[in-house]
Amino acid sequence: MAAEKPERGYVTIDDEECKGCGLCVESCVPKLLRLGDALNRSGYHAATYAGRGCTGCGLCFLVCPEPGAIRVYKRLQAA
Amino acid sequence: MPEPNVSAPPEGLTLIHSKAAAFYDHYERKSELQNQTHYCPGCGHGVAHKLLARAIDELGVQDRTVLVSPVGCSVFAYYYFDVGNVQAAHGRAPAVATGIKRARPEAIVISYQGDGDLAAIGTAEILHAANRGEAITVIFINNAIYGMTGGQLAPTTPVGCWSTTSPYGRNIWNEGYPLHVVETLASLEAPVYLERVALGNSKQVMQAAKAIRRGVENQVKGLGFSLIEVLSPCPTIWKETPVEAQRRVREELAQLYPLGVVRDKTKDAPRRPAPSFPPPLTALPELLDIEESETLAPPVPASHDHADWRIKVAGFGGQGVLMLGEVLAEAGLAAGLEVSWLPSYGPEMRSGTSNCHVRLSARPVDSPLVTQPNVLVALNEPSLRKFLPEVAPGGYVLYNGPEPPADCRRPDVRLLAREFVALADRLGDARVGNIVTLGALLEAAGVVEEQFVDRALARLVKQARLLDLDRKALAAGREAVHQEAPHDIP
Repeated sequence: MAAEKPERGYVTIDDEECKGCGLCVESCVPKLLRLGDALNRSGYHAATYAGRGCTGCGLCFLVCPEPGAIRVYKRLQAA
Repeated sequence: MPEPNVSAPPEGLTLIHSKAAAFYDHYERKSELQNQTHYCPGCGHGVAHKLLARAIDELGVQDRTVLVSPVGCSVFAYYYFDVGNVQAAHGRAPAVATGIKRARPEAIVISYQGDGDLAAIGTAEILHAANRGEAITVIFINNAIYGMTGGQLAPTTPVGCWSTTSPYGRNIWNEGYPLHVVETLASLEAPVYLERVALGNSKQVMQAAKAIRRGVENQVKGLGFSLIEVLSPCPTIWKETPVEAQRRVREELAQLYPLGVVRDKTKDAPRRPAPSFPPPLTALPELLDIEESETLAPPVPASHDHADWRIKVAGFGGQGVLMLGEVLAEAGLAAGLEVSWLPSYGPEMRSGTSNCHVRLSARPVDSPLVTQPNVLVALNEPSLRKFLPEVAPGGYVLYNGPEPPADCRRPDVRLLAREFVALADRLGDARVGNIVTLGALLEAAGVVEEQFVDRALARLVKQARLLDLDRKALAAGREAVHQEAPHDIP
């Protein structure tokens, strides 16, 4: 495998705040999110990020109904 | 607070999306739920909250925003938004927002309402707030159902849709057609900005973000009424998964309720002028044509130390019933007494017994209602018939007529029957019959001194000719008491 390009973006999901509605999964264009197998403390299958490939588009954050469950990071271009 | 259970991002990345500053760090509603909202998974309220919070952040107005939350699932918005919060009675958020905005014009006042709240019980409030062009922003969440209470039909429910109160589906002959709120408001002149958006996919959410920001920005710019209708999923009540509900918003609700800007007068809307404030208290006497303060509250003269006049004046509309009461109250005020004057009129009083309650008392008046008068002025027979039984024993009754009907008498009251109105007619104007009666009352019962009655008349009667006539009428009334008549005061 060739040398990997630096990641463009990254997503973190607070698996205690997430209610497993799956809207982020639906919104993710590269399909990098899925609902986890384990139940969280509230009894939901919280969403998880595959760990690589995020573009930092922020759509998952946009459609997520929880104020702070998702955080999106992005590699900003040098000005 | 434990740190969120999340993995760390790689080096070199910048956090671009996280919880808006307009939200509290944690929520005080329930000790075990400090990080989650109370909304169901996939609920549109959460998304709408985030868009609104982001707009507040971006516009830098968190410190002067007041959010008015409704009745419905979003009743708890105040647990999440770190702004000024007021929770209004069902449907009344636009009225509450109006008050806040008018009292604090610099505040950014946002009314957040659902469709049960805004389009059903609060239809009058939203319509009139919009029609007045109140400079508020309304976020209207339309999920086409009553969510919090378990799925009753809302005015916005699509035709044919099942709800707990339309178990055979919405039927136009029973429940009418779905109410289109932004189109309805667009028939009004005043609204500045009306747009309908949806939360049916990320593209729609992006448009909703712009619209909500615009709605708040309009207010920041000092423009008038803005309302953003947000078509929003309710997976729980719709009995669908969040993803299915999102699809229904996109494919069904957005067809029934077309998306887009319905009104945009942001370019040419006139700016609402700064609200006018009430005049200072010191300006009130002049505005209300009241004499200066030393005459407003003179000390109670010793002669009135025990005054407790409970007066009922009744007669046909047009006989000057209310005026007679007003003269008495004004005279009492001039004499330094505590007074009240309570007119009672309306359709049920027409051509019957128009009446007023007057109290003149040495002590503060506890109630303006007179239920057991010690003075009854009855200018017609129906009034005598109706109120004579109420008169306290020993009370005065002045009756306009030659004598009371045979079945309308009481031995325990002091009754004086005279044809007061006929007397007035002979003076030149039957309309001063009320004042003739007043003269008789003063002569028979005292009540207040003539000088105070004269001062009250001078204040209330603007025409010199009528004032002169009223003075003659008073004198004629006093004289009439001493004429012989069959039913004199014993």
